[in-house]
Amino acid sequence: MTLKRNNNWFGHGLPYLARKPLPGHLIAIEGTDGVGRSTQIALLRPWLELEGYAVSDTGWIRSPLLSETINEAKQGHRLTVTTFSLLYAADFADRLEHEILPALQAGFIVIADRYMYTAFARNAVMGADPAWTRDLFGMALVPDLVLYLQVDVDHLVPRVVQGKGMDYWESGMHLALGSDIFESFLHYQRGLLGEYDKLAEEWGFVTIDARRSIEDIQSELRSHIADYLQRSGRESAKSGKSAEATKSAESEAPTNGAAASDGQKT
Amino acid sequence: MDSRAPDGHGGKPETGLPTANGNSGTGSASIRPHPIRKTLLKSPHSYRGRLIAVEGIDGSGKSTQLGLLDRWLRAQGHPVHFTQWNSSRLVRRSMQRGKRKNLLTPTTFSLLHAVDFADRLTYQILPPLKAGMIVLADRYVYTAFARDVARGVHPEWVRQVYAFAPRPDLTLYFRVPIEVSLERLLAGRAKLKYHEAGMDVGLSSDPVESFRLFQSRVLEIYGALAEEFGLNTIEATGDIPAQQRIVRRMVQEVLRDYQQPRTRAGHDHDAQAK
Repeated sequence: MTLKRNNNWFGHGLPYLARKPLPGHLIAIEGTDGVGRSTQIALLRPWLELEGYAVSDTGWIRSPLLSETINEAKQGHRLTVTTFSLLYAADFADRLEHEILPALQAGFIVIADRYMYTAFARNAVMGADPAWTRDLFGMALVPDLVLYLQVDVDHLVPRVVQGKGMDYWESGMHLALGSDIFESFLHYQRGLLGEYDKLAEEWGFVTIDARRSIEDIQSELRSHIADYLQRSGRESAKSGKSAEATKSAESEAPTNGAAASDGQKT
Repeated sequence: MDSRAPDGHGGKPETGLPTANGNSGTGSASIRPHPIRKTLLKSPHSYRGRLIAVEGIDGSGKSTQLGLLDRWLRAQGHPVHFTQWNSSRLVRRSMQRGKRKNLLTPTTFSLLHAVDFADRLTYQILPPLKAGMIVLADRYVYTAFARDVARGVHPEWVRQVYAFAPRPDLTLYFRVPIEVSLERLLAGRAKLKYHEAGMDVGLSSDPVESFRLFQSRVLEIYGALAEEFGLNTIEATGDIPAQQRIVRRMVQEVLRDYQQPRTRAGHDHDAQAK
């Protein structure tokens, strides 16, 4: 897996923003609904804070600008894959500019519950042009680390059924495959998981077997994050500061370089 | 309205059209509106109807001209459907909230308008176009290409975002100098709107000065767009009937081999005039 460090935009980025150094770290947790992303994130945060890192989290469709609109739209039957994707992208852009970038500038670790790959996977299953979906997210910052919680449908089903139950959208009922929500769920989630697996390979996600216990998953997540922070610390110490952020951030690099072992003051 | 196939039990459609990614296993989903291909804007659409759009900065008189065109077309018995930029209710609340609380960034501003457009394309533009009607659009994607880029988004990105938009049969660009449009706007109402004046861009704290600076940028980009997309430029300083004569002549050209859809009779449409 290659280390993707700061100021690495997926496409054209946000040309109207001044490029500032981003000493923080962007870590995305991907995986399908019911796989336990939020449980794991809730456990990661106190651990990182204990280690001395300031943490900010952000989640898919949680932007103040759009969450209401999206949730309301999901109640009806008006959305198409195009409008859905655009709403996701708008929600994402809102959080990127108002939450993610400011936190990264301030040196926080940002944990993103789902990232643009969620849109890639869903759109692929819904049959939208993958190139278009990717173009749409050209304004996104590529995460430094993507942790992918991988599960299979057999393990997913009992969790979802015992959890919040099968939801219309997560079951792919909008694909109109039939009236049986259970069958639709299996079909849709199998498609999604297949897409996630392909994305994992393409983008070098760290794949974590999420069929295991919460504790096991958490300890593996922690070891990957610790490993990443250590490597990025070494890298910035060595090069002054990584990648494109170098020029403007050279002088402050040693401070961040030390962050991995000593924690970070913000 | 609903085009789901009768294979609705999870089975694969027998002769489903290939989708963009070759994945036909998900069937003919009702949520899938239209295939998204690159550069739809660069080649003519294949629908029976006609799509006519007007573009120009605020105060260019484009809506007035479109209104007169609408009246003329209906009087001839043509089935006309009218659609306006930023009018879908899907994102109305987000748009209002964003504007009121000043939450919008150039990117979210752009994407919310794209949602609006995609929603209207699905429900208001494509069905009448496929049914063989004449669709009149007050502003089209070129508005986004001009305004959003003037706000700072990447020109290529915004073109990619709107890659699903069909190319109008005719786009009329009403070109007007800033001072003329300002004069028209200020004569009609006392204050310029915040976003119309580009106040969000922070060019000037004086609305009139901000309008001048921001809309000059927009105007400049429109000029380039006219070239890039072959928009038909109309000098919008001339008198209204003279402009309308030019508009009608151009529209007549586009309607040359147009065939009206079969309806009960032509005269129903008059009654629907707005």
